[in-house]
Amino acid sequence: MSLIAEVGFAEASWVMVVKSIVIFAVVFGIVPILTVVERKLIGRFQNRYGPNRVGPVGLLQPLADIGKLAGKEHFRPDNAVGLLYVIGPALVIFSGIITLAIIPFGNVEDGVGFYGIDVSIGILYFFAFSSFAFYGLLLAGWSSGSKYSFLGAMRSAAQLISYEISMGLALLGAVMMAGSLSLTAVVESQGEIWNVAPQIVAFLIFMVAGFAETNRTPFDLPEADAELVQGYMTEYGGTRFGSFLLAEYLEIFVVSGIAVTFFLGGWMGPGPAWLDPIWMLAKILSLVVFFIWVRATLPRLRYDQLMSFGWKVMLPLATLNVLVTAVLVTVL
Amino acid sequence: MEAKLNTEGIEAMNREFPYLNEGDVVEVQRGPDPGGTGGAYRIFGATLKGLRTTLARVFEGPMTIQYPEEKTPVYPRFRGRHKLHRFEDEGSETMGLEKCVGCSLCAAACPADCIRVVAAENDLDNRVSAGERYAEVYEINLSRCIFCGYCEVACPFDAITMGHEYEMSDYNRSDLIFTKEMLLAEPIDRAPLRREGE
Repeated sequence: MSLIAEVGFAEASWVMVVKSIVIFAVVFGIVPILTVVERKLIGRFQNRYGPNRVGPVGLLQPLADIGKLAGKEHFRPDNAVGLLYVIGPALVIFSGIITLAIIPFGNVEDGVGFYGIDVSIGILYFFAFSSFAFYGLLLAGWSSGSKYSFLGAMRSAAQLISYEISMGLALLGAVMMAGSLSLTAVVESQGEIWNVAPQIVAFLIFMVAGFAETNRTPFDLPEADAELVQGYMTEYGGTRFGSFLLAEYLEIFVVSGIAVTFFLGGWMGPGPAWLDPIWMLAKILSLVVFFIWVRATLPRLRYDQLMSFGWKVMLPLATLNVLVTAVLVTVL
Repeated sequence: MEAKLNTEGIEAMNREFPYLNEGDVVEVQRGPDPGGTGGAYRIFGATLKGLRTTLARVFEGPMTIQYPEEKTPVYPRFRGRHKLHRFEDEGSETMGLEKCVGCSLCAAACPADCIRVVAAENDLDNRVSAGERYAEVYEINLSRCIFCGYCEVACPFDAITMGHEYEMSDYNRSDLIFTKEMLLAEPIDRAPLRREGE
C-alpha cells in the first residue's frame, strides 16, 4: 500500500528534489525572521523597541544569535544518556520539517503542486509527525539526567494527552465538510465560504490546542522558564539548544499553516493564481503575529488548569461540534 | 456597575449587631466561583480584554530612551557633578575672576570628606579670585562624593554648585579626582533638562 495514493497526478522526480530543497530553504529562511519579529513585536506590546542594534533596525539580530550559539561548546552533562541526548533535538527538528511538507501553498499549476507532498491521509500525517516532536522532548528531558528537564518532559507528556484529542476532533468537522483527508481537497471545499464561519467553535479549539502543541504561552508548561529553567532544554547549549528554538518557531509556522488550510481558506484570495502562495503566506504570518500577541498577553496556566481545561471543556465542545457537523452534513 | 444592596442581609445584621451604624455595613461583592464551563466562557471574555490591553500598548508606542544617543532628561534641581563658577557680569571689575575664595567651608561641610582645598594669597596685580585669598588647589574626589549638595549650601559665595552632568564613569580611580580646571570648565555635552510636566 502506498502512502501517495490518489494524488491525481505524478510529478517528475527532479521536481520532488527541488521541492524538498525549497522546503528546507523556506524553513531556514523563515525561522530566523520569526525570532526577530517575535522579539520586536513583544517589545512593542510592552512599550519598548525590542532588538534594534544589530544591522538596520535590528534585522541582523538572528544572525548574531545563531553565530553565538554555533560558537558554543557541545556540552554534555556527566549523567546524560549519550545517544538519546543527541537524538532529542534532531527528532524535534525532523518533526517540524516533515510536517511543513504537507502545507499547500497553492494548487497544481503546470503539473507542479505548490506543496511538498499531497498525501491521501492528509491530516493524519500531520498528527502522526507533529506528535513525533514530543518523543524528542521526552527523550531530551529524560536523557539529560536533570530534575528540571525530567519535570519538563513529564509535563509535556501530560500536556500531549490533554489537548491532542480535542485538536484532532476540531479538524474532523472540516474534514467531514470536505469529504476528504487531503489538505488540497479541504482548501478547495472552502470555495464558497471559509470554514472559520461554520466551524468557529472548531477553529477556537484548534487555536487553543495549537498553543499547547507549540508549547507557547499560556501553555508553555514544559518550558516554564520561571520554574523549570526552560524545562527539557535546561541541559542543552549551543546548536542543540538552537535547534530546539528553531523547531519551536517552525511548529508555530506549521500549526498556523494547518489552521489557515482548514479554517481560513488556505491559498484562496482575490487576484490571479500566481498570488495564491502570497495569500497563503500572508494568512500564515498574520496567525503567527496572533501567536506572539497572545504570548505578550496571557500568563502561564497552572499545570492542572491546562488538564482540566483540556478534558472538561475542550474535549466535550469538540465532540459536540463533530456530532453537530456530522448530522448537518448528512441532512443537508 | 451599581452595587446591589442586600437589604434582607442588612436587616439581619441590624438585629444581630444593633450597635452598628447602617453605613458601616458593607456588602462584599464576589465574582462567580472559578472553574466549570461557565468559567471557561468568562476566561474567553477576559482573554479578549487582555488582548485589547496589550494591543493598546502597541499604539502608545515605545517609551524607551535610547541611552547613548538620547540622554535621560534631569530635573532643574538634579544634583550631578559639581561646577565651580566665575563672575560673569559684563563690564564689572570682577568679570572673569573665580568666585571661590578658598575658605574651605565646603570641605568642612562635606560628610564624605572628598573635597580638598589649599588656599593662597591673591597677587594684587594678577588676581585669581575676587577676595583676599583664592583656592590654589581645589580637588573633588568624585569616587567618594555622595552628591548630597552640602558643599553648595555651605558656600558663602555660590562658588560651587551641583551641575546636571551624570556621566562620570572612568577607567581609573585617579581619573575621578577632578581638579579646579576641570570643575571650572563647561561640560562637554550638557545633560538635557526635563520639560515642564514631564
